[in-house]
Amino acid sequence: MAEQTSTNGGDGGGGFGLHPMEQFELSPIVPIQIGDLNLSFTNSSLWMVIAVAIISALMMLPTRGRALIPGRAQAAAEMLYEVVANMLRDSAGKEGRQYFPFVFCLFSFLLIGNLQGLIPGSFTFTSHIVVTFALAAVVFLGTTAIGFARHGIGFLKFFAPEGAPSWSLPLLVLIELISYLSRPVSLALRLFANMLVGHALLKTLAGFVFVLGIAGVIPLAGLVAITALEVLIAILQAYVFAILSCIYLNDALHMH
Amino acid sequence: MPQFNPEWFASQIFWLIVTFVGLYLIMSRVALPRMAQIMEERQDKIEDDLAKAEKLRQEAEEVYQSYEQQLAEARQQAQKMLKDASDQLDKEQRERHEAFSKELDQKIDEAEQRIDSAKQQALDNLQSVAGEVAQQASAKLLGEQVAKDKADAAVKDAMKRTQEGGQA
Repeated sequence: MAEQTSTNGGDGGGGFGLHPMEQFELSPIVPIQIGDLNLSFTNSSLWMVIAVAIISALMMLPTRGRALIPGRAQAAAEMLYEVVANMLRDSAGKEGRQYFPFVFCLFSFLLIGNLQGLIPGSFTFTSHIVVTFALAAVVFLGTTAIGFARHGIGFLKFFAPEGAPSWSLPLLVLIELISYLSRPVSLALRLFANMLVGHALLKTLAGFVFVLGIAGVIPLAGLVAITALEVLIAILQAYVFAILSCIYLNDALHMH
Repeated sequence: MPQFNPEWFASQIFWLIVTFVGLYLIMSRVALPRMAQIMEERQDKIEDDLAKAEKLRQEAEEVYQSYEQQLAEARQQAQKMLKDASDQLDKEQRERHEAFSKELDQKIDEAEQRIDSAKQQALDNLQSVAGEVAQQASAKLLGEQVAKDKADAAVKDAMKRTQEGGQA
């Protein structure tokens, strides 16, 4: 299907007919080939670097003065810090504190990644399942490793809910195991699907604006409204990803 | 969809790792410790200020309490002084009153004595005058001289009778 529509888009591409999926296309900026691996620096990589730069600038530039009474920029940086710190403390407690830098990076990376994707002409790396799944896998493997490191083999009790009748145990363990294993999948898919659909919708509507001429103000109005909605979703999905990671971390630390 | 084109999987994951690890190092080594330090300093400052404020408040409370106490003491003292003064005044008044009434009594006694002696003198005078009058009257009426001491005795007797009669 991708092949077919993309050729269609190419055929009708007299300027208007931008295909909704074209924005997700990767293109190498600096081709790098190591052995069989294609490790090219792509537009996606570029926007990852930009996200890191934005976060670093946001966190480091205003705090240079180490002001006791923060200015606007420092207040914003502190707010981001506090949001993540509270999120982690509320869901994972005190022991979660040592994983704060990771959770902070996760949240800010996804937040800036999602938000900068709304800039026209940019690239949204969080709309790629490989990226979201890689991050989800790190969270999944990390929390599982923490669980075993803290509770040893006893972490397996996590899959056997207490107080359940023994005859139902095999079924319960199976269900718990499946739900546990589906965590990274749901985590990755949720973010990926939200970003994909939102951006595809924006692009489709934008296509209508040009095609309809004067009547294009109608999809334009919709476009404005949906862009606002997308800003909300961008923030919300980053938050959801981060808070679910915190909850998984809590499961690993405290076993419910 | 371009997302499922395996051609770019390696590149995506590789650059994700590079950028995310870079971000992690920058945040965990520099940005977050700095932020934590700023917030800790602020927290310390706030706590310090609060402690200072609490101390000052306690001091003010103490001052206020000692002021209250002093005020109460002063009030008590003033009341005591007032009572003392009024007692003293009462006592003095009573003493003066007593002294004055004693003096008055004395004066009254003296005056009465004087009156009595004056009365007595007057009576004595009256008696001798009456004696002479009686002597001369009897001489005129009877034509004979009555002895002076006889006349006196008669007057005395008569006066005694009138006095007793008056009294009875």
